[in-house]
Amino acid sequence: MEFAELIKTPRADNVVLHRPFYLAVEGTLCLTGHHLIFSSRRQDNAEELWLLHSNIDSIEKRFVGSLGTIVIKCKDLRIIQLDIPGMEECLNIASSIEALSTLDSVTLMYPFFYRPMFEIIEDGWRSFLPDQEFELLSSVTDEWRLSCINKEFSVCPSYPPVVIVPKSVDDEALRKVAMFRHGSRFPVLSYYHKKNGMVMMRSSQPLTGTNGRRCKEDEKLINATLRPGKRGYIIDTRSLNVAQQARAKGGGFEQEAHYPQWRRIHKCIERFNILQESLIKLVEACNDQSHNMDRWLSKLEASNWLTHIKEILTAACLAAQCIDREGASVLVHGTEGTDSTLQVTSLAQIILDPRCRTIRGFESLVVREWLQAGHPFQQRCAQSAYSNSKQKWEAPVFLLFLDCVWQILRQFPCSFEFNEQFLIMLFEHAYASQFGTFLGNNENERSKLKLVQKTMSLWSWVNRSEELSKFQNPLFEANSLVIWPSVAPQSLQLWEGVFLRWNRPSKFLDEAHEEMINIIKYNKELQAKVNALRRQLAEMETDDRMQENL
Amino acid sequence: VENVRLLDRLSSRKAALGTLYLTATHVIFVENGSETRKETWVLHSQISSIEKQATTATGCPLLIRCKNFQVIQLVIPQERDCHDVYISLIRLARPVKYEELYCFSFNPKLDKEEREQGWKLVDLNEEYNRMGIPNNYWQISDVNRDYGVCDSYPTEVYLPKSVTAHIIVGSSKFRSRRRFPALSYYCKDNNASICRSSQPLSGFSARCLEDEQMLQAIRKANPGSDFLYVVDTRPKLNAMANRAAGKGYENEDNYSNIKFQFIGIENIHVMRNSLQKMLEVCELKSPSMSDFLWGLENSGWLKHIKAIMDAGIFIAKAVAEEGVSVLVHCSDGWDRTAQVCSVASLLLDPYYRTMKGFMVLIEKDWVSFGHKFNHRYGNLDGDPKEISPVIDQFIECVWQLMEQFPCAFEFNERFLIHIQHHVYSCQFGNFLCNSQKERRELKIQERTYSLWAHLWKNRADYLNPLYRSDHSQTQATLRPQMAPCNFLYKFWSGMYNRFEKGLHPRQSVTDYLMAVKEETQQLEEELEVLGERLANLQKSKLNYNKVKSKQQDRSKQLGLSMSNNSLANTPQEYSNDLKSFPSRTPSQGDEEDSALILTQDNLKSSDPDLSANSDQESGVEDLSCRSPSGGGCLPSEDSGKDSDEAAFLAV
Repeated sequence: MEFAELIKTPRADNVVLHRPFYLAVEGTLCLTGHHLIFSSRRQDNAEELWLLHSNIDSIEKRFVGSLGTIVIKCKDLRIIQLDIPGMEECLNIASSIEALSTLDSVTLMYPFFYRPMFEIIEDGWRSFLPDQEFELLSSVTDEWRLSCINKEFSVCPSYPPVVIVPKSVDDEALRKVAMFRHGSRFPVLSYYHKKNGMVMMRSSQPLTGTNGRRCKEDEKLINATLRPGKRGYIIDTRSLNVAQQARAKGGGFEQEAHYPQWRRIHKCIERFNILQESLIKLVEACNDQSHNMDRWLSKLEASNWLTHIKEILTAACLAAQCIDREGASVLVHGTEGTDSTLQVTSLAQIILDPRCRTIRGFESLVVREWLQAGHPFQQRCAQSAYSNSKQKWEAPVFLLFLDCVWQILRQFPCSFEFNEQFLIMLFEHAYASQFGTFLGNNENERSKLKLVQKTMSLWSWVNRSEELSKFQNPLFEANSLVIWPSVAPQSLQLWEGVFLRWNRPSKFLDEAHEEMINIIKYNKELQAKVNALRRQLAEMETDDRMQENL
Repeated sequence: VENVRLLDRLSSRKAALGTLYLTATHVIFVENGSETRKETWVLHSQISSIEKQATTATGCPLLIRCKNFQVIQLVIPQERDCHDVYISLIRLARPVKYEELYCFSFNPKLDKEEREQGWKLVDLNEEYNRMGIPNNYWQISDVNRDYGVCDSYPTEVYLPKSVTAHIIVGSSKFRSRRRFPALSYYCKDNNASICRSSQPLSGFSARCLEDEQMLQAIRKANPGSDFLYVVDTRPKLNAMANRAAGKGYENEDNYSNIKFQFIGIENIHVMRNSLQKMLEVCELKSPSMSDFLWGLENSGWLKHIKAIMDAGIFIAKAVAEEGVSVLVHCSDGWDRTAQVCSVASLLLDPYYRTMKGFMVLIEKDWVSFGHKFNHRYGNLDGDPKEISPVIDQFIECVWQLMEQFPCAFEFNERFLIHIQHHVYSCQFGNFLCNSQKERRELKIQERTYSLWAHLWKNRADYLNPLYRSDHSQTQATLRPQMAPCNFLYKFWSGMYNRFEKGLHPRQSVTDYLMAVKEETQQLEEELEVLGERLANLQKSKLNYNKVKSKQQDRSKQLGLSMSNNSLANTPQEYSNDLKSFPSRTPSQGDEEDSALILTQDNLKSSDPDLSANSDQESGVEDLSCRSPSGGGCLPSEDSGKDSDEAAFLAV
């Protein structure tokens, strides 16, 4: 087994674990192929810490005499410190952790070794299939069809094998459109608004280039989604400037002359390293130990994190508004159509569609709009806020999306079936997980990795009632309406549950949450009791009446 | 004045047409809309500034800023009318005599006895008894009867038993405005106390034997400790500057066994400017995130809030953990000292975190010890340099604590907001004048009503559903994080942007839980009734006829109350956001023309009354979910708009 070669010291005793807000604990440290395990030896309060190597973002070591100290910074933003006696042991352990946390082969990752200890009631890999989604759609409209054009991932490598497209456009035309769009990501259906039949589509940028190339099939495809005489909106998630610059590299945007029925709106959602740097700065500010109020606020401001949140939410609200208020169809794209595009389309659905605010509906949204839509999770989530390596593909795109959902949840605390913990759980699993769900960059890669056969789906685990109960929002009352969040700076807050999770004592907030659950639980119990008594009374009375009649 | 337009601050497109009335006490705007005729009432005493802006084609704009952070923008068609309104309001908003204030005309239809009962709700002697005083160390002193020693102190003060009148008078002569050290809070468990005073008149070298004896007596009243903390809540530089004027701070060498400590809280002028800056940020039209955060930081407001909290935490720690008594002062001992003493008391004693206890706390540390309400909150026309949001800051400190300890307070955010409102409203007599002496001279208790009775009557609206008297958070001393905790202090949009409902969470967890609790209570009652009935039925089946008919009654009642609950699902002011949304979002576009296009499309849109049907959906229904009180906080605040004084003076 190759892991054994990497583990020079599998076990160290008398290690001291330091965490914020906890007393230091002494115990034994063990390294396995995928975990760092710390267990305290005290009988009274045996405690174990299991940390996935893949959750480790960076590791630092230092020595005072022969006492070595390792500081481990995790992708879920937690920081722990281990004091390890013995210089050699410490060096061995540090280098093992370093090697094990940066394995470059996906097939060595834990999901390929993980054996579930729970009974699988529902196979999560089969919980959200495109066919089911299409069935729902065809019950309300017959203007769309399921196309298997991408069956072998031959047309678009980052699309799933089947996609939903207008019925009036055949596969031959789709092939031509694919040639005209960046990465072959031709426009496909993202969301159908039942209320007025308007739709949201997503794609990548058109390859107009500097000489204004056009593609009749592309025009025909997106025009096919418009009602006669109606107009649509194209939401380009880049600023006009950026979109214009893209032309020099062969990209571009839809020219008014060729798309007369469409109005283009440019929004400015940042990408890649700008977002990654923003995350790094934000987390640094949150970990700042200084006592100075001004410094905190200016660091928060300088991170620009909340600015990104505001921009993304604003674009999503705009898309939703066009559909619901203006009664117009919408096409969303940026450059590749795998990042900001998905943020906008998925958030717009949360605003518009009550189904997306349920647990199952939200899972389905993540599957459809992120996993199947080809958001490159493996690239984006390879490193988190503590990484020193400057690779250009990392970006907290999915975390920003979850943060935006949290902002809406905070403004509509009774309209979501899930709670904050559910969002935090998804954040954790996107970055490090025992499940295969977030491995790979698209369906093509996932199918090559044979994830369905070789790993367990996150949904198989989450959707069991034992787990679900942790993620349910006690305040939930189904709300069938469109919910319009406020995007004013006063309404947007730092997501403390993620960013301050390890730097603040949560006892009092947890107690409040518990109290909230108790209040509602007690109410439900009483309701059940009252109903039972009522029934009993009614029965007795009918008995009496029957006796009387006799 | 007719045909006045009330502008929505967030969206210039949305404006309500209506009629403006000026009465002796209120500005009233009544919308023309046929069904609802929405009314906006503003008390003259709430008006902080009126600004007449340059006349435009549509009319003459008038901007009214209120002390409760409401901003009203009116457009009056005729310049002449606008000028008249402006002149009248300037006069009405700045009364010169106490008798002009609203509380002297406000009549909640209570008889004399009820009024007297109301004033008795908060009794400070009872409060000192609750603390365990008088006892072996402390007693009530009548040295200040007739306000002979200090005219801004109450007649009844609590002092160490060993202190003689000679010492008190001597000490008072050595303190600014003769505000000698007196007891604010006493901790029964360990005899540690919090006392308060003004600064000593020490200059560079002066000393006063009686004042030294006074401090020694305070220290000795706590036999468990061999020293006394003296906390000066000013920045050291300010305190040193005061020495040149013959004032200053205690010299550790002159007093036996004191530990002297500065905790820098800025003065009222800095705080006034800070609030001003923060409000400018709140008023920005569609600010970017950076504008907002930068402006918030630049205002320094949260830094000041944290400074006050830190001082309170320091004192609470000294008392609870070290068992050491503390003497607190600033310059005059009526602003920062009041803030700090009350924050410390609130942390130390769970009683002050109940609704009643909080009223007592304000009465004790603010009203009785001569916090200058009239000057600080500009009730009468006066020196604008005296105005400062001192109690506002204390109220915010409480809110910040509520955010950190959600189960520790019996009352909710609405309670705080309403108290803030009434500090300025002058609808009740509690906060009139600058001292107890002035209030007695004006016979406030005979001529006005008490706010505490009013709040107490409506206490169901102010309950925190998460509060449980047996909860661990409610029982002990609160220990907020001292360490790196800057991020715990947050901007309070519920206060400073309270009239912009569009900015706040659309569903209130508090209201939801309150409704659930109310329903739970009904269920408990019904359960009991049903249980009894069942028992009766089983016992005597003979009586079944009677029982049956009774039960039908009951179920009818219950059905009614249930449906009432769901009827309360009425829409709240949601329109703010909704209508603002279309105009705001596109205008943030990068390209000018894209914004234009959208508005044009809006106009051309096949659906002509886009705005009219916009209220139906959009999550309005879910809004007040099960809120029994209808969700608005305005009605009970403006309970003063009784039909009695319907003498509208249409200008």
